[in-house]
Amino acid sequence: MSNNSEASHLNHSAADRKLAMKVDHVTKIFPVLKGSGAKTGDTFCVFKDVKFDVREGEFITMVGHSGCGKSTLLNIMAGFDKPSTGGIIVDGKEVTEPGLDRMVVFQSFALMPWLTCFDNVRVAVRSAHPDWSGPELDEHTQKYIDMMGLTGSEKKRPALLSGGMRQRVGIARAFCVNPKVLLLDEPFAQIDALTRGVIQEEMMAMWQRSNATVFMVTHDVDEAILLSDRIALMSNGPEAELAEIIDVNIPRPRTRQQMIESPEYSRVRNHILRFLISHQKQPGGSTEPAGKALTDSADESTNETPQKAEV
Amino acid sequence: MKSIFYKYKIGSKLMSLGLLLVLLLVWHGSTTVGKFDPTGKTDDEVMLMEMNGEIIPDPYNDGQYINNPEKSTTFPGPLKVVEKIKQEFSNPFHRKGTNDHGIGWLILYTLTVFAIGYLAASLVGVLLGVFIGLSRTLFEVLNPFLQVLKPISPVAWMPLLLYTVQDGKSVAVLVVFLASLWPTVANTAFGVSNIRNDYLRVARLLQFGWFRRFFTVILPGAAPSIVSGLRISFVSALVAIVPAEMLLGELGVGYNIWMEWNNLDIAGVMFAVLVFGAMGFILDSLLDRFARGVSFVE
Ligand SMILES: Nc1ncnc2c1ncn2[C@@H]1O[C@H](COP(=O)(O)OP(=O)(O)OP(=O)(O)O)[C@@H](O)[C@H]1O
Ligand SMILES: [Mg+2]
Repeated sequence: MSNNSEASHLNHSAADRKLAMKVDHVTKIFPVLKGSGAKTGDTFCVFKDVKFDVREGEFITMVGHSGCGKSTLLNIMAGFDKPSTGGIIVDGKEVTEPGLDRMVVFQSFALMPWLTCFDNVRVAVRSAHPDWSGPELDEHTQKYIDMMGLTGSEKKRPALLSGGMRQRVGIARAFCVNPKVLLLDEPFAQIDALTRGVIQEEMMAMWQRSNATVFMVTHDVDEAILLSDRIALMSNGPEAELAEIIDVNIPRPRTRQQMIESPEYSRVRNHILRFLISHQKQPGGSTEPAGKALTDSADESTNETPQKAEV
Repeated sequence: MKSIFYKYKIGSKLMSLGLLLVLLLVWHGSTTVGKFDPTGKTDDEVMLMEMNGEIIPDPYNDGQYINNPEKSTTFPGPLKVVEKIKQEFSNPFHRKGTNDHGIGWLILYTLTVFAIGYLAASLVGVLLGVFIGLSRTLFEVLNPFLQVLKPISPVAWMPLLLYTVQDGKSVAVLVVFLASLWPTVANTAFGVSNIRNDYLRVARLLQFGWFRRFFTVILPGAAPSIVSGLRISFVSALVAIVPAEMLLGELGVGYNIWMEWNNLDIAGVMFAVLVFGAMGFILDSLLDRFARGVSFVE
């Protein structure tokens, strides 16, 4: 929290940063559910041998087609699910259970409807600081409520709030315990497009202030480029693989306008789109090169104003 | 003015009141002592009836008779019941011997039996339900037992309870307990097993201990279900307490119903029945207030 240097978020230094979390050769195999013509004992490998490092202070995003196992991987990183082989290493120890060092922001918000917004954040603060007194807990909670622009809504139940406001509570709850790594599974997918942009920027500011480390899963390519230092691309499942990780060298602090004008934006965006298009409807195809026509069509959009690109 | 009218549902309340009035009038009309119709009877027969006290001379019409209200076997009218209510509440806490307790004592007795049995069953039922709802295995182990125990009328246990416990009041409490246990168990288990996985994940994420998990997530998450279970239990207990008190013959409003029947005091029976209605109504509105406090919108 105190280490608030903007410089630490510049991409050039990314490789020098310390390791926050290691995803070490993780493979996930599910048993095939009965009924769909499958025999018992049949298995289904969602992804295999996924390995990458999450470095301290970075914002890394994973993009891939639906069903390639992004949520499954994130759940394994959070400790909700177990990998079939491989493991997640944090602080030199293997992750076995969920914990406060890996807070999750859920796509469905996961706020407890019987608690007020304030209390939804406060329960997290209390877990992180069991020795604090009531006023200390309140003060810390209020700080994060204010930071996410929730002042005035403290006493409201989540049901009374818009999706955007609810996710602000979700983000406040995740940031307030100062976790080692934040895990976000499509955090903005259920929020209307206009609010989404605002909250993305709020979260970006929050992330820079708090020097947090973030791993995010998304379908939205622009969102990924705006927020990320690095973007990991997953090939299609089953047996999906981590195809590549690309750097996003747009200087920070970023604004949407500045991002769109940056040549780096076009480069990264085209690269990702080309990758995604080449992996469309090719089950099992992970590294085949894209057809020439597809590559060209993707190139054409380079100088146009960006259209919504969702996977 | 108009908004107040709608806010307090004055229209529907007036209609309820009107309906009550109509019902009372019909009741009154159909139970008032009628004129005696001498057609088809000889004068001798009429004279014999007068001598037996079946009919008496009409005080308002010379030479005519009315049925004797003292001897009449007709159903008591509302005025008679009102009189009974007044009489009972004029001295609700009198106590003459073992069999003659004021209605205040009877209500108090029934309420104590009800409260002890119901609250104990609620506590046990919620805890048992939570355990069953949390553990698939426990559910599968206990479910056959629950399915067999659930349909047994709590009154059916009475001989066994009397044989083992003997004390009448304890038996009544146990009958109430058994009557209110199963719906709470079943609904709590259902509510707990249907808590959204998201909330349980948050509890794991935030490293809640058993105690905090129980009070912050499980109990409030299942609260709407638990409350509907408590309400079913409540009705079930209220239904069971009447025959239990009748059979035990110790004390209580249910016992009073039977006593009045033995005394052939139909107005007394109706009074006791009304007391049950009023008690149920008041307790239920308390429960309703509680239910509104714990419900939530997703
Ligand atoms: N518990 C499970 N048992 C069996 N199969 C599962 C289970 N959970 C997920 N899967 C399968 O694993 C695959 C990956 O699912 P996952 O939700 O991780 O994909 P995703 O990349 O997050 O997709 P989306 O972008 O649509 O959210 C899917 O085919 C899904 O059906
Ligand atoms: Mg997903």
